[in-house]
Amino acid sequence: MTSETKHSPLLELLNGFIVELRGAGLPVSLTENLDAVEAVKHIPIEDRETFKYALAATLVKNHAHWRAFETVFEVYFSLRGQEYELQDGEWDDSDADFEMSDESQNGQMPGQGGGQEGLTQEQLAEMLFKALSKMDQNLMRAVARQSVQRFAGMEPGRPVGGTYYLYRTLRNLDLDGVLQRLLEQDIKSKEVSDFLDERLRKDEYEHRIEQFKKEIEAEIRRRLVADRGVEAMAKTLRKPLPEDVDFMHASREEMVSLRRAIWPLTRKLAVRLARKRRHGRKGPLDFRRTVRHSLSYGGVPAEPKFKYPKPSKPEIMVIADISGSVAAFARFTLHLVYALNNQFSKVRSFVFIDGLDEVTDFFEGVDDITEAIHRVNTEADVIWVDGHSDYGHAFEVFDERYGKDVGPKTTVMILGDARNNYHASQSWVIKEIEDKARKVFWLNPEPRSYWDTGDSIVSEYSDICDGVFEVRNLKQLEAFVENLV
Amino acid sequence: MSYRFENVQTVQEDLSKVEYLADDGIAGVVYLADRLQKPILVEGPAGTGKTQLAKSVAEMTGSRLIRLQCYEGLDESKALYEWNYKKQLLRIQAERNSDDSGSWEDLEEDIFSDEFLLTRPLLEAIRSEEPVVLLIDEVDRVEIETEALLLEILSDYQVSIPELGTVEARQIPLVFLTSNNTRELSEALKRRCLFLHIDYPDLEREREIILTKVPDINENLGDQIARVVRTIRDLELKKAPSVSETLDWARTLVHLGVEHIDAKTATETVNILLKYRSDIEKAVKEFSTDEQLNSEEE
Repeated sequence: MTSETKHSPLLELLNGFIVELRGAGLPVSLTENLDAVEAVKHIPIEDRETFKYALAATLVKNHAHWRAFETVFEVYFSLRGQEYELQDGEWDDSDADFEMSDESQNGQMPGQGGGQEGLTQEQLAEMLFKALSKMDQNLMRAVARQSVQRFAGMEPGRPVGGTYYLYRTLRNLDLDGVLQRLLEQDIKSKEVSDFLDERLRKDEYEHRIEQFKKEIEAEIRRRLVADRGVEAMAKTLRKPLPEDVDFMHASREEMVSLRRAIWPLTRKLAVRLARKRRHGRKGPLDFRRTVRHSLSYGGVPAEPKFKYPKPSKPEIMVIADISGSVAAFARFTLHLVYALNNQFSKVRSFVFIDGLDEVTDFFEGVDDITEAIHRVNTEADVIWVDGHSDYGHAFEVFDERYGKDVGPKTTVMILGDARNNYHASQSWVIKEIEDKARKVFWLNPEPRSYWDTGDSIVSEYSDICDGVFEVRNLKQLEAFVENLV
Repeated sequence: MSYRFENVQTVQEDLSKVEYLADDGIAGVVYLADRLQKPILVEGPAGTGKTQLAKSVAEMTGSRLIRLQCYEGLDESKALYEWNYKKQLLRIQAERNSDDSGSWEDLEEDIFSDEFLLTRPLLEAIRSEEPVVLLIDEVDRVEIETEALLLEILSDYQVSIPELGTVEARQIPLVFLTSNNTRELSEALKRRCLFLHIDYPDLEREREIILTKVPDINENLGDQIARVVRTIRDLELKKAPSVSETLDWARTLVHLGVEHIDAKTATETVNILLKYRSDIEKAVKEFSTDEQLNSEEE
């Protein structure tokens, strides 16, 4: 076998893989591409785990992209090899194309032989219970396969995403019930010593169930790949990268990763403002120091000295809409406010719906953000009439109560979608604030194309503000921070 | 060109001989770094053994470890090289006093020679004859402009000194850069490196780490510690316990003669694992039932 024929199928595969990574939004440069080609020469593809990490080391330079990478990797590499090919009868009326495996794999895994086909739902549940209780990997995989085959109702060529099948399979398995049973079994056998022990056991079982779910997902993916082919499959599995996730529609899981990403961002913001202060040495001539320094040159003022500009402490005022229409964004906003609070000495935060209240105290000296958010949601007095956003009134209240605190050092950030429920905009208030403040920025979580449709009145404010930005995801928020200074 | 490592397996085994338990990812990337002659950028939460990895690799290969600790304001003269100008001045003085003063060119050539060069970690790493592991610690602390200092050495293993010319590496050092990810590193830097993310270890690996590093511990306790720590890390905390804190906790429990962790011991010693008051409160709340809490308050 020449090295040509030995390498080219792998290289071809790698090429497609990288194209798909780029398609999923990962920035893979040419150098990194070449590195990956070099790397696969040293690590055999059979050693899948190491192979995966080797590819990741050359191609993925941001840990947030790891999940996207892993999904694509699984579709391209993990699902290859004999054990992943479909067997006869696994698909009732399948094409001959993917029924390549002549060798029967019976007996390789328990529960996969022909005799198991007639399992009842109860028997399957029993097997699952056993697998989870003993942490039997093989049995777990076998049960996952059986469940998908029985419950997912997959048909070749059906244009449905993997989540739909996952949902259908899990609905039939009652995993919560299994967890309950596992715990009860332990309690009955008197093995559980105290509450802590019980808690640890629960975590362990939950962990195993999570693993079982992953097996099911893998099984569904395996079947989908066999049906639709790698390229098409990879495309359907694409999920937005963390920095592209829309704040308004973030799932709980995505929210967690978003929160983590905020911290470095606020630090960056703080660093940017601080650096500006340090490097901006354009003060007037310091006569006294110049004369004093001239003595070392025999009285010639050879080196003029300047006064450092007084470092002005940036003050930030955040005014955030926390009404229902921007609920998901509001949650994110509060995290941002909290993070800002930790970076800047002078942050004042206000929240509003149709009334407005200051919530600075809730965030100060609080270690626990969830508690702060809880207090904001329950204690802040933000409802004036009916609890529907009224930007105009909220701004009026702001100006009346806090307007005098806005000074030339203050940067005002307004967060909201400007959906005003057809109330008056009272944009003159913003004008007044803008005259006093250093800058007024508006961050809008809605796509630009929705602006000024329906009851959105962004444009009434946008002419007055120093900038109105569409901030729907981390990337845009980051861009805003970059351009701020 | 000879390589340091035979295969991934040996890397893993040799690392465990110096008490560093590497998973497939870590061992694979270290192996690859040697083969591709590329630096490794190690990233991850604090206290997961990033710096230790470099130290252990140095120990395992018998190389000298040269460390450059990064900080804000690090510059060329601290990282690369500096001219020993005091010595240069002395040299000029000496020249002036003696009668046979040579030409200016001779003098210039003389004072910008090896003798007057103070090597700093980066230059030292590539000039060394013996094998070297270079550790550039907490690279995210330098300003983005300073990163550029590193680029030449990372991609070509050479340093250009205007007065001397280019100094090329006598051997290719194994380079580790660590980052706590407090800021995004530049694309140029990332492109030149292999990327390795070291996260908190999974249950099995953590248990093994505990058993290796705390020799007097019994297996049962080690297992329990690993489980409790996993549960705590799953809580939403300000600062999750690091591996080193886990080990501190394990050592403490051994000293206290604890054989089995119950809710009471866990509550009393959790302050070793967690450093924020709110985190401790949260964990304690998780570990005890409401009745227990109430009875404690009474």
